[in-house]
Amino acid sequence: MEALKRLLRPTFWKVVFVLVVAAGLYATWLRFAKGLGAATALSDRFPWGIWIGFDILCGVGLAAGGFTMAAAVHIFRVKRFEAVVRPAILTAFLGYVLVVFALMFDLGRPWVVWHPLVMWNPHSVMFEVAWCVMLYTTVLALEFSPMVFERLGWGKALRRVHRALPYFVVLGVLLSTLHQSSLGSLYLIVPTKLHPLWYTPLLPIQFFLSAAAIGSAMVLFESRLSGRAFGHELPAAVRVDLSRVMMVLLVPFALLRLADLSRRGVLGLAFEPTMEAFLFQVEFSLGVVLPIILVAIRRVRHAPQGPFFAAICAILGFVTHRLNVSITGMDATQKTGYFPAWTELAVTMMIVAVGFAAFALAVKFLPVFRQTGEEPEGEGAPVEP
Amino acid sequence: MKGLLIDVTRCIGCWECTNACAKANSLPPVDSLTRAAGPELSADRYTVLRKVEVGDRGRRYVRRLCMHCLEPTCASVCPVGALHRTPAGPVVYEVDRCIGCRYCIMACPHNVPRYEWNEPAPRVRKCILCAPRVARGEPTACADACPMGATLFGEREELLDEARRRMVESPDLYTEGVFGELEAGGTGVLFLSDVPFAALGFPTDLPNHPLGENTEAVLSRLPDVILIAGSLLFGLQWIIHRREKLAEEAETERTSEKSTPTTEPHEEGERA
Repeated sequence: MEALKRLLRPTFWKVVFVLVVAAGLYATWLRFAKGLGAATALSDRFPWGIWIGFDILCGVGLAAGGFTMAAAVHIFRVKRFEAVVRPAILTAFLGYVLVVFALMFDLGRPWVVWHPLVMWNPHSVMFEVAWCVMLYTTVLALEFSPMVFERLGWGKALRRVHRALPYFVVLGVLLSTLHQSSLGSLYLIVPTKLHPLWYTPLLPIQFFLSAAAIGSAMVLFESRLSGRAFGHELPAAVRVDLSRVMMVLLVPFALLRLADLSRRGVLGLAFEPTMEAFLFQVEFSLGVVLPIILVAIRRVRHAPQGPFFAAICAILGFVTHRLNVSITGMDATQKTGYFPAWTELAVTMMIVAVGFAAFALAVKFLPVFRQTGEEPEGEGAPVEP
Repeated sequence: MKGLLIDVTRCIGCWECTNACAKANSLPPVDSLTRAAGPELSADRYTVLRKVEVGDRGRRYVRRLCMHCLEPTCASVCPVGALHRTPAGPVVYEVDRCIGCRYCIMACPHNVPRYEWNEPAPRVRKCILCAPRVARGEPTACADACPMGATLFGEREELLDEARRRMVESPDLYTEGVFGELEAGGTGVLFLSDVPFAALGFPTDLPNHPLGENTEAVLSRLPDVILIAGSLLFGLQWIIHRREKLAEEAETERTSEKSTPTTEPHEEGERA
């Protein structure tokens, strides 16, 4: 009773949450009662908008921490990251559940979303995407289940899951690799419609690399936020290492991106006075080069907020890249001037808000940050002024 | 394989093709407003006539309709196979399979498929080359209705021969080749014109291979990726866990030996 009362006591963020969800619910009603046309700015010339560009492309990418951290801890046995594997898996699980939720808004006929199970077209990237979403969400549910079983005290179920976990982790890494790259492959089919600054045969590899890099950034981001709220600060050494992992993966992404642009002879397009060039510059300089430099500087890397700020830059750059592929780059040729309707934004914000709330509740009621605090402060700690 | 040959030089802009199409496919009838508006394809209009002013060459009427690609991009991208090309030629759509992802609309290099944006249970809509009529051995409604013979229905190969014959006969008129012979792997609907296709709004930057090859090149590597990455990961995981377990066993052995040094003297000797 007491806990319920505390949960219902209004705070600033709870009020924001209620407002966002209320707007989202109105948009939801509009979408399902009157059709996609009433709730979105989509058209025949611009059939995929922000629900695909942000909710799906960014949502799946930002969940990548789940497979990178699970691989680091459960396959490569990197002991140092044990403290972050649970929040990373929680983020990934919530992320995928919300991606499926968002898909229900975007699909024209969501009640037959199960069709790819029985109606196969192996030539379609979308078919691969559908299977990856279904299988990996299942795997993530299994990877997440120990947190629930521990809380409920179901020892037998817990032991069973623990025994199977390494195999599920390998499966999860495989599925993630396929899924992250296939989101890039989706755009291989539009060579004449996607702006040359973003269309490249290397899209699948670029999408995979950027997702892998952003996995660590997301762990830094969310552990910082939840650390603030619940008092589980990550050890400084872990923060430094996470930022290093992010940098090590961002560097090949940056080099590949530049090499590809110059090899296709379109690097010049990046310096023309166009909207596309401007957004490319934002994406690349602030979102890729800046975080690499920040982490490369020892003083910044070891500063208490350094890794967090580098992660924020990388996350914003990542989101800009995916939106540039899905929206800027497509509208460069389609010229519809697509800008999301407020109801599209309302649904997206509602989904993000539900994600934050679900994460907060899970951290509150489940053993998510179990291992933190057990580890002593590492090498990075004394550097703090 | 059936197709259409549309000769832009013969079209007089009478709209009989669109009228007949509307009747044959139970679409709303064409009124003067639609004609005047300079129309585009829509969820209830499978074909329209676009009026194009081509500089000092004057006015041309160009039909817009599904091109019925030989290897349709829409069919290649559809995750549930709701679009496919029938052996007779038409590219058709089955609403009972469709999940509404709109990847077909996204991917079509000719910007043809339309969506019922304001329906709660929307369908993809496009010309189906009068598939039921073609199955009965009849020509498409549009070809049947054309008073000028600007739209011809027939076997694609024969239509291509006819196009070549006309080009040979009037080389000064047909200077632009045939649109649809090679574009994105070739289309069932072929166009002849006396003005550049680009000026008429055709996508002239298309590669000559089917666009589905772009994604198939990646998808065909999937089994290898799964096999190699899968065995590599499982192997690594097994090795690393095994080493950890052995190290743990050695550790417990050492500590147990330390606590009970006299019980097993032969091991004592091994250690020394």
